Amino acid sequence: MSKNLIVRFAGEGGQGVVTASEGLAQAAAQVGYHVQTFSTYPSQIKGGPTLGQTRLSTSPILSAGDGLDVLVALDEYAYEYNKDELFDDGLIVYNSKEFTLDLPNAIGFDVDELARSTGNALSANMVMIGAVAGLANMPAKYFTEFITKRFDRGRDNDQAIIEANIKALSLGMKAVKDSIQALPEMDPPVSTNADRVLIKGFEAACLGALAADLDVFIGYPISPATTMLTFMQANLIGDNKHVGQASSEIESITSILGAGFAGKRSMTSTAGPGLCLMSEGIGLAWMAEVPLVVANVQRGGPSTGLPTKTEQSDLLMALNPGHGDMRTPVIAPGTVEECFYAGAHAISWAETYQGPVILLSEASLAERQQDIPRPDASNIDIAKRVVVDNKNGDTPQPRYLGEELTPFPIPGNIGAYTANGSEHDEQGDTTHLGKWHVQMTKRRFNKLKLLENDIYESENEDAEILIVPWGGSKGPAREAYDQLVADGEKVGWAYSMFVHPMPPNMIKLLLSKKLIVVPELNYMGQFASYLRTMKINAEPITQYTGLPFRKSILANNIKELISKELAGTL
Amino acid sequence: MTKRNPDYDFKWCPGCGDFGVLRALDKALEERCEALSEPIENTVFVAGIGCSGNIVHLQDGPQPYGIHGIHGRTLPIAYGVKAANPELNVVVAAGDGDFLSIGGEHIGPAARRNLDIVCVIMDNGIYGLTKGQASPTTQLNVITSTTPLGKLDEPENPLELYLTNGVGFIASMVSTKPKDITKAILAGIEYPGLAIIHIQSPCTTYNDTYSLLKGDVKNGIEPLAIDLPESHDSTDYDKALTIARSNKIPVGILYSKKGSQSMNQKIATQKQSTNAPQRTVDELLTTLSLK
Repeated sequence: MSKNLIVRFAGEGGQGVVTASEGLAQAAAQVGYHVQTFSTYPSQIKGGPTLGQTRLSTSPILSAGDGLDVLVALDEYAYEYNKDELFDDGLIVYNSKEFTLDLPNAIGFDVDELARSTGNALSANMVMIGAVAGLANMPAKYFTEFITKRFDRGRDNDQAIIEANIKALSLGMKAVKDSIQALPEMDPPVSTNADRVLIKGFEAACLGALAADLDVFIGYPISPATTMLTFMQANLIGDNKHVGQASSEIESITSILGAGFAGKRSMTSTAGPGLCLMSEGIGLAWMAEVPLVVANVQRGGPSTGLPTKTEQSDLLMALNPGHGDMRTPVIAPGTVEECFYAGAHAISWAETYQGPVILLSEASLAERQQDIPRPDASNIDIAKRVVVDNKNGDTPQPRYLGEELTPFPIPGNIGAYTANGSEHDEQGDTTHLGKWHVQMTKRRFNKLKLLENDIYESENEDAEILIVPWGGSKGPAREAYDQLVADGEKVGWAYSMFVHPMPPNMIKLLLSKKLIVVPELNYMGQFASYLRTMKINAEPITQYTGLPFRKSILANNIKELISKELAGTL
Repeated sequence: MTKRNPDYDFKWCPGCGDFGVLRALDKALEERCEALSEPIENTVFVAGIGCSGNIVHLQDGPQPYGIHGIHGRTLPIAYGVKAANPELNVVVAAGDGDFLSIGGEHIGPAARRNLDIVCVIMDNGIYGLTKGQASPTTQLNVITSTTPLGKLDEPENPLELYLTNGVGFIASMVSTKPKDITKAILAGIEYPGLAIIHIQSPCTTYNDTYSLLKGDVKNGIEPLAIDLPESHDSTDYDKALTIARSNKIPVGILYSKKGSQSMNQKIATQKQSTNAPQRTVDELLTTLSLK
């Protein structure tokens, strides 16, 4: 019996390999398995090497997995490109129409031919899923239920499609039935009464923002952040709500700034190149103290870089997106579940301190589909902007009075001022006098204290060495940590999605340690360098392949780093 | 320096055309507030960067809200304000460098959205604040600090640009006629869609075009700025384009498209006709539930 199954469907873009992996995830999650998907594809509409991966488990899943139990290869390139990731006892299912493999652990059949024989050529996905189900000895009923639910769409041909897909499933299962190869049978799912949702990272982030009463979303299409814009187009609906497509990221940022100035909770989404174009606008929001949220879904950079691959290389830019003295609040969720709370917190933070907030996501996290406990927005204290109150008809105090946060005047109401990108006096009028620049600079930084919280995780706090990942590397880092602890290494763990301002007690903890090990997906060790500015002795473990970390490699690298530290050769 | 802001140390040069525009704008806002009994706080002034953008700090009358943002981005900022609150009266103020050069990319999108705003553009044919560099509307062969041998780039024709980008309301004005500007601004505010009041507002320091605009008929110099005839039909697009392409600067309301529907009107109509369901976060989560 097995507790884990990792399956990769690989082929060309447009062949449905991602759909197959998501179908497998959906079906398995519905019967009670924990699931997590991972996909990667090139930047083109059709064609190019694409893969969709699904991990099933009887316990909660931290990462996409360390290797493959099954590789479904739709063409020879897909086989060659992915075969090295198979576990020693892994199996290959290949499309015999495209190529042949003479290997004891390979099973071939003509996927498309089987699909066509059902009368519905589009059922090729289900043939592949059937083959996987057959190899893992999973009962057909897990999947027939899923098929019935999925294609029951109130259309005339629903029944025909359902029947064809169920047939495709059984043909796939039959195709591997006579094979001498089989995987250890999957443990049955652990039934649970808890309410869970199957959700992608970007959906969770968007829903979190909606839970925090987002009003206005304006964005420009860019991989891998477009999904947030299209989600909002479909779901940010209602009186006084607005969703729009800008003509560039310069328009996105300045238009949500206009909306934030007019009193609305406003947000945009983008990726690295777009964040570059937003630089000046984010500076304006910081300077003029206008609340807004920029969700930046990181991809490989710089420049156009690797548009569809994952990386954690925008951190330093997120912290300092504009020129001059500024440091943006940054929230970087590490799991799909955290994406929801990060979305809500980001809106809440912008409202609280009246300025720009960056929600820093990553390609692999945004696209990851996972079962999580149903998020509950009532867990978060969602702040609303402190606004000028004119109940007594008093003359309101000047907009930028003093060195701390002041109530926000809403256009249409008393308290008119100028939101100014030039340095300004307390009413917002331009000035070149040093005294105002000193006062306003202090004011802008003082407000950050309002965001400090105590939300972080830690374990084995007594250890002299802590593993402290950030963002989407949390999962693989946690798996590596668990393994290191099991191996008897004396290491501890600390993590927070609040990158800036970081929980003060977490900073204290990190400062007290001999070494902080930071696994991160970039060349420069950006989070480690950020920690070092706080005099924390941080060393990065970097990877910049466009892919997430894998536990075993990461655990080895951490071990190596620790032994160097202990030998005094670091 | 203004009454409300003793530390404000910005000044326009004596004779600057922007003084006339400021007078006209103040008057227009005053008249509008009176006519509608609307508080001045309902108006948001979105200013560009340059000499003209400082107009937002120089009003001595009751203060509207203002955004003095970054160079070239008045239109998208105004879009956000209108998207957030359609009830606000939004006035953009910018110069030729801000609006036509660095911000030129936003004119088309704003026209296609048909933002219900009025833009007061002060065209002095030069970058004044940075001390005299060529702008899109600097004429051919003019010597500036960035065109020491004479300007080689063809000058922009703003009126033609607006017309061909789909701007629905276009007035062409000179800063020496503030009463006309006031009327044009009020008509532009009234117009349901993007209105641009393009004003020749000479720079006495770097590009003094007063005499060119006015001409000197006694000495046989025809004026560059010519009033549109009373018979001008401002709803005639082809006629407006022909006038815009002439070698004179028309003064008057050049174009006012019939049947314009503003962005907010279009949104309201679409919302009504499609009636897309508004689902709560809880309902959306239920669609993803595994139960």
